[in-house]
Amino acid sequence: MTEVNEAPKDASSGGDEVGGSEPLLKLRGIDKHFGPVQALYGVNLDLFAGNVTGLCGDNGAGKSVLTRTIAGVHQPDHGQIFFAGQPVHIRSARDASALGIETVYQDLALADNLDIVQNMFLGRETLRRGLLDEDSMEIKAGETLSTLRVTTVRSIRQPVGSLSGGQRQSVAVAKAVMWNSKLVLLDEPTAALGVVQTRQVLDLIKRLRDRGLAVMVISHNLNDIFEVSDRIAVLYLGRMVTEGPAADFDRQSVVEYMTTGGANGRPSEPARSASDEG
Amino acid sequence: MSDVTSDSSQAPAGATDATTVADLTAAHEAAADVPPELVAQSLGQYLRAWWARVRGGDSGVLPVVLAIVVVAISFQIANPKFLSAQNLVNLFEQSSIYMLLAIAEIFALLLGEIDLSVGLVMGLGSVVVAELVQPTGANWPWWAAIIVTLLACCAVGAIQGMLVARLRMPSFIVTLGGLLILEGVAIIVLGGGLVGIGNSQYKNELVLYNIFWGAFTPLVSWILLAVIVGATGTGLWLRDARKRRSGLETPPRSLTALKIVLMAVAGIALVVICNVNRAHVGTIKGVPYIIAIVLIVLGASTVLLQRTRFGRYVYAIGGNPEAARRAGVRLPTIRIWCFVISALISGIAGVLFASWQVSLTTNIIKAANSYVLLAVAAAVIGGTSLFGGRGKTIHGVLGGLVIGGIYNGLYLQGVSSQWIDVVVAAVLLAAAAIDVLSRRGAPGQA
Amino acid sequence: MGPDGELPVTTVPGETAAVESDTTTAADLTSAPEAAAEVRELVAQSLSQYLRAWWLKVRSGDSGVLPVLLAMVVVAVTFQIITPQHSFLRPSNLVYIFGLSTVYMVLAIAETVVLLLAEIDLSVGAVALIGGVIAFKLAQSWPWWAAILAALAACGVFGALQGILTARLKIPSFVVTLAGFLLFSGILIVVLGGADGSVNLDTSKFNQLVIYDLVQGVIPPVTSWVLLAVVVGAVGTTLWLRAARRRRQGLVAPPASVTAIRIALVALVGVAVVAICNVNRGTALKSVQGVPWVIPIVLVVLGIWTLVLGRTRFGRYLYAIGGNPEAARRAGVSLAGIRTWAFALCSATAGLGGILLGAFFFGQYSTNTADPGQLVLYTVAAAVIGGVSLFGGRGKALHGVLGGLLIGGIAYGVSLLNLGSLSTPLQYILPGAVLLAAVLIDVLSRRGAGSVTRV
Repeated sequence: MTEVNEAPKDASSGGDEVGGSEPLLKLRGIDKHFGPVQALYGVNLDLFAGNVTGLCGDNGAGKSVLTRTIAGVHQPDHGQIFFAGQPVHIRSARDASALGIETVYQDLALADNLDIVQNMFLGRETLRRGLLDEDSMEIKAGETLSTLRVTTVRSIRQPVGSLSGGQRQSVAVAKAVMWNSKLVLLDEPTAALGVVQTRQVLDLIKRLRDRGLAVMVISHNLNDIFEVSDRIAVLYLGRMVTEGPAADFDRQSVVEYMTTGGANGRPSEPARSASDEG
Repeated sequence: MSDVTSDSSQAPAGATDATTVADLTAAHEAAADVPPELVAQSLGQYLRAWWARVRGGDSGVLPVVLAIVVVAISFQIANPKFLSAQNLVNLFEQSSIYMLLAIAEIFALLLGEIDLSVGLVMGLGSVVVAELVQPTGANWPWWAAIIVTLLACCAVGAIQGMLVARLRMPSFIVTLGGLLILEGVAIIVLGGGLVGIGNSQYKNELVLYNIFWGAFTPLVSWILLAVIVGATGTGLWLRDARKRRSGLETPPRSLTALKIVLMAVAGIALVVICNVNRAHVGTIKGVPYIIAIVLIVLGASTVLLQRTRFGRYVYAIGGNPEAARRAGVRLPTIRIWCFVISALISGIAGVLFASWQVSLTTNIIKAANSYVLLAVAAAVIGGTSLFGGRGKTIHGVLGGLVIGGIYNGLYLQGVSSQWIDVVVAAVLLAAAAIDVLSRRGAPGQA
Repeated sequence: MGPDGELPVTTVPGETAAVESDTTTAADLTSAPEAAAEVRELVAQSLSQYLRAWWLKVRSGDSGVLPVLLAMVVVAVTFQIITPQHSFLRPSNLVYIFGLSTVYMVLAIAETVVLLLAEIDLSVGAVALIGGVIAFKLAQSWPWWAAILAALAACGVFGALQGILTARLKIPSFVVTLAGFLLFSGILIVVLGGADGSVNLDTSKFNQLVIYDLVQGVIPPVTSWVLLAVVVGAVGTTLWLRAARRRRQGLVAPPASVTAIRIALVALVGVAVVAICNVNRGTALKSVQGVPWVIPIVLVVLGIWTLVLGRTRFGRYLYAIGGNPEAARRAGVSLAGIRTWAFALCSATAGLGGILLGAFFFGQYSTNTADPGQLVLYTVAAAVIGGVSLFGGRGKALHGVLGGLLIGGIAYGVSLLNLGSLSTPLQYILPGAVLLAAVLIDVLSRRGAGSVTRV
């Protein structure tokens, strides 16, 4: 399953080591419609542990729907999902969490009036003798933040409302990662951030990958995509029109796939995943 | 269009189909939002489109019309005197206060706010106008007393409006505090005793008294009806004709004709009912002045909300304040004016209230508190949404009629006042529940 | 772990500290200045740092309990000057204020639970009165504890009903509780047996005497001192040990001197209260001395709710829903469940307040005892002026206690002034004005804190 890579990962090298290893998450033929509107058509996708996959697509291509389907918010109408080789039905966010799938949505879902520790443990607080075990929660949160090298926060008891955009994003990601997660989905993590904060978040994403997690990043920003992604997947009008190692793409081709569904003026080859059985 | 298959089993044409399918569906969902008048070519089409809209969640005046029918039938069964001419005029008279307060409340509700002080603005207005015409006191002429009272109410509205609009304090807290302060001020103005306007020797008091209890003569009533129906009908017809000439979308002729006919029928029924002699002794006939007052307020506020920029902005703020702000609408100004208008109409209701009660005591002022609940209930029952952006003044009038009917009917049955309050509370809850549930049907609401 | 106990989050082997601190400075500059103030307080190492940071926080808008404390001083001084014979601060009057305030304290704590959710409960006044009447009536035939529990349970059911309508049907809480206010006011009259009816406690019967004594009974002076010592000792030791443990583990904790000062303040307040209560407020023939039972009762309520709000999941979720309901929902919190429970517990606590109110007014309940509308307005004013935010997510049980004391002081102070015909209208104007002032302060302070202003 998870291949242990000794060599330090380098963003631009792409993840060609995945050849031969099983993807952590496999989507095959996923269809999803809302009433008469079809949002996803026969989508295939592979996400590998220790890899960052960048998901691109224009507005309305179906990126959010796909993310929410993996996260358990939507159920696919057809198709199958395999997690760690086993077929699974993800019926709710809790199911997804139980599998080890965590999602960080664009609005971050943080309560400004609670502090960092309280936000990170929201919904999953530890108790001691029936009361909240503040001390152990604070220790664990601190450890998570420091292993992720989130270092710019002055105090872990700061209310989240007082943090900058990049710090909030880091807290949201740390919250997702704290729970024995294996796959992290990030929806537009750098959308509202400035240069310095974007750097913080991208470094954080790389550290997630270094820890062996599978990461999927949705982004409009091709610079960010190309900086962190080992693999790139492009959605166009609900179809996965291409998927492959990042090294196989350049900006031009990705843009063409996003806006026309093909590249170099010719139709794309049906996307074949590295571990596809056919 | 280039081939975009990720799955070789799909034909290339599938992509085009997908796009077209997506577009058509958007149209289907949007169809329910389009006012039926705009797309209908005939009466039959209009009715079908209107029914589709009702089923889509925007039922407009249908619930309140149904409620009126239900109330009328139930209470008539319980007490055959309910639909007698005498009782009906009584009902109209009582409902007039609720109708005015409901219209006042609607100005706040449309913004997405609430005005809990309408009952006490009415109460304060009533004691101020009564005190001002006292011959032993201020002894002002009736018209001066009324004008000053209304100005004072506008001032109250402006203060509350400023707190809400500029400081963004929650309107229900501002108007809750406001109602308390007004209650205290009203009691101070009353001076602990009572004030009455029932003494017909004094001209000013008599005029005030007649505002509620007086009526047009039957002949004048008919003339007024003819004038009003004629004017409104002609106005509607000409407006449609002008739009048709310019090639704009217009409702079918038969629809406009139907509206005018309905209005005429309702007016005739009203005048006929009012012209029946309703006195036990002697003769009292004719349409009461207050009905004309309510119609004037209704007409003015309808024009204000539907046909002016101000009204357009009110709906915009209620629908999406941020969008309105970015479009350049001055939110504080519009908001303050809405609270001023609300207080003004409540003040008019106060003049009517003083006229109705004839003598005002501290207890009556305290009871004025419950009127706000009735006003909100009337507005919501009539079809105005608690969340802002949706509602019309005619809703307030119809809702006020329902509330008045319930009160009248229960009172005829001998139900004691605290139980009537319980019933009204239940009706308010039901109306709010319907409002919330109907919003769920509408697209885009959480 | 650093010697000062602050969590070291800066150094990782192999990385230059200088690089990190540059990023740190850059990142911090992007935060709002108020945030810096709050953070400084958290990382303060000494008393003077703590005080400086706290003052900065106040100036940036988050003033906590300072306004209500200042208001108390202003009210005390003002009334002391203007009451006839300067009697406001006389011990007997102060004890009366304590007693009256307990009702507002309990009601304000109840309202706080709902305010934290960014909702409002306008029916607390009516529910409180119904709770009191139910308890009094039941005490005529049931044991006192059963009567009280039954009344609280009934109120809880009323609250739950309102909670269901708000949380599941999504009808705005102010409409539901406004209707509830009307409904329960009507039922109150029915239970009282008509508009002239009343329910009185017969103090010759033991069960009813117990309820009566909840407010009117006193703890003898010596016992009061002993009780004070025990309570202060327990609270103080707990606070100290907890802070020490946190410091030992390197978690965020205030400097030791701050903890010591907090304990000293608690002791000081306790000593003052007991001393005032121990002054003989009766006559030479029949001396009345000692702490009324109602004060420890309210302290227990305060303690329980502080624990629930601060140290339980339920309390945590109240703050979360008030701060960001969507975040809470995504975290798996059951919004409808928490909301319903909040309304239920609020009403139950209000019922307790109603029982205390009846006992305070010598065990006589009639339609003249209290006006439910006035009660709720005083309650909301007490909560807000104590520091609870109307917009949700901010507030503590202690705020309700402080605000309740202030409102009780104002209410009683006004009645001490012989204002003749002005006294009735003032009963309306004053709570209205206090409420507006309290909310004004809340709104203005929020503006200073730079949080999102409504459009």
